[in-house]
Amino acid sequence: MNDTYELRGGETHIEVHKFYPGAVVFVAAAALIFQAMAPVYFPKLNILDLPLLVTIYFGLSRRNPSTGLLLGMVIGLAQDALSGPTVPLGFYGMGKTVIGYLASSIGARLDTEHPAARFALIFSFFVVHQGVLVVVRRLLLAQPEAWMNLHLVIAAAVNALLGTVLFLGLDRLRRSS
Amino acid sequence: MVAIPSKHKSLTLLAGVLLAQLLLLAVQIKRDSRGRLIRVWAISAAYPFERSGAWGFGKVRGVWTHYFALQTTERENEALRVENDALKLTISQLQSRAAEADRLAGILGFKQSHTKVPMVGGRVIAASAGTASRTIEIDRGERDGIRRNMAVITPDGAVGKVIEVYGDTSQVLLLTDKDGGAGAMLVDTRTQGPVGGTGEPLMLMKYVATEENVAVGEKIVTSGMDKIFPRDIPIGTVVEVKPGNPFKQIRVQPAARLDRLETVIVLLTQEPVEFKSENTQTGAANAAPGSQSSAPAAAEKP
Repeated sequence: MNDTYELRGGETHIEVHKFYPGAVVFVAAAALIFQAMAPVYFPKLNILDLPLLVTIYFGLSRRNPSTGLLLGMVIGLAQDALSGPTVPLGFYGMGKTVIGYLASSIGARLDTEHPAARFALIFSFFVVHQGVLVVVRRLLLAQPEAWMNLHLVIAAAVNALLGTVLFLGLDRLRRSS
Repeated sequence: MVAIPSKHKSLTLLAGVLLAQLLLLAVQIKRDSRGRLIRVWAISAAYPFERSGAWGFGKVRGVWTHYFALQTTERENEALRVENDALKLTISQLQSRAAEADRLAGILGFKQSHTKVPMVGGRVIAASAGTASRTIEIDRGERDGIRRNMAVITPDGAVGKVIEVYGDTSQVLLLTDKDGGAGAMLVDTRTQGPVGGTGEPLMLMKYVATEENVAVGEKIVTSGMDKIFPRDIPIGTVVEVKPGNPFKQIRVQPAARLDRLETVIVLLTQEPVEFKSENTQTGAANAAPGSQSSAPAAAEKP
């Protein structure tokens, strides 16, 4: 069985990656638990959204929109469940579903292996994710939420920087062909 | 039956998944249901990792911190370093435990000075898994006598209230959460008004009329009107006052360090608790910080 294969569209060759068994589940669970624990000891780490970074990474790597959006949904719903009763189930779920779909759709069309491309994509996805959360909060939950502020830009840049480094580490979980 | 083109299948799936979650949201809002079953599963699955993680992190941090503290001593006593290495390691471990004991002594001292108030101490094992809420999870639950809407405090002041209780853990909504808050009053003027969170480190005191005199630095305590917090628990200090119409805009710095909570106290009563900061330093070594006072709450009434 091939561990990686190529999508061919015209002249472009996009490699689709597979991972060691359990890697996706382990990484997603670790990200969720770290996200819940880290701010207790390092409050400033609250700026990070590791579950989002994991969603983006596996979306870009697997390059299958269906599995990407389903993985995003599962991670998002788990994050909702661990965020306390004031966050309704589906809040992060919808945001990460959209990101999972977009990441895997874009991953199927572009080469997203270069760190600069990854930085730009993570930055963009972070902003889009926050946009979806704001839409859900304002339109569906009727709660006030700012659209855009400096904190969002800083958070997007920090997450993009961390994500670029993290992705290099996660690349090691890929099965070699 | 209409066949969906294969290239649109993922788009159809996206729409279906989003619609399903939209309905899930609508059901929660309409029925005020919070998906407890899914949350219980998630919390139960994460609890062992969070608890062991909290324990492990505490150990590592203690040894790490005191290792560096001892490095200075090591340089000054270079000649004795080799033969003292083993001893230093022991000291490091003891200092780590002492630091932990100091922190718990504050909690214990508070408990001992309020022995007639039923309360239970808990360790913070996790926080909210996102920035949309400000909640913490503690390692005390239904089996420890905790129920929803009980007040959570530290010796410094009010922290929040219990919003969800599981077998061994509870989730606490911090005062700084957008949905958090407490009935409050200004200490000097006894002017009342709710203090609520904004999702940011500072809180807002609402509904204080423009003609009221409010000074920066004035203390704010609980009023007891919310039927959750007993009266006179410190909430915070006024750090900014802006005129408004018809109400002032008052920003409040929380009295408790809500961004660095490691241990908290859950009050198992709504009876008044008198805060005596000078008493919080005392404490007997034989009382366990997590133990529960059993004296009747009514005895604390003035």
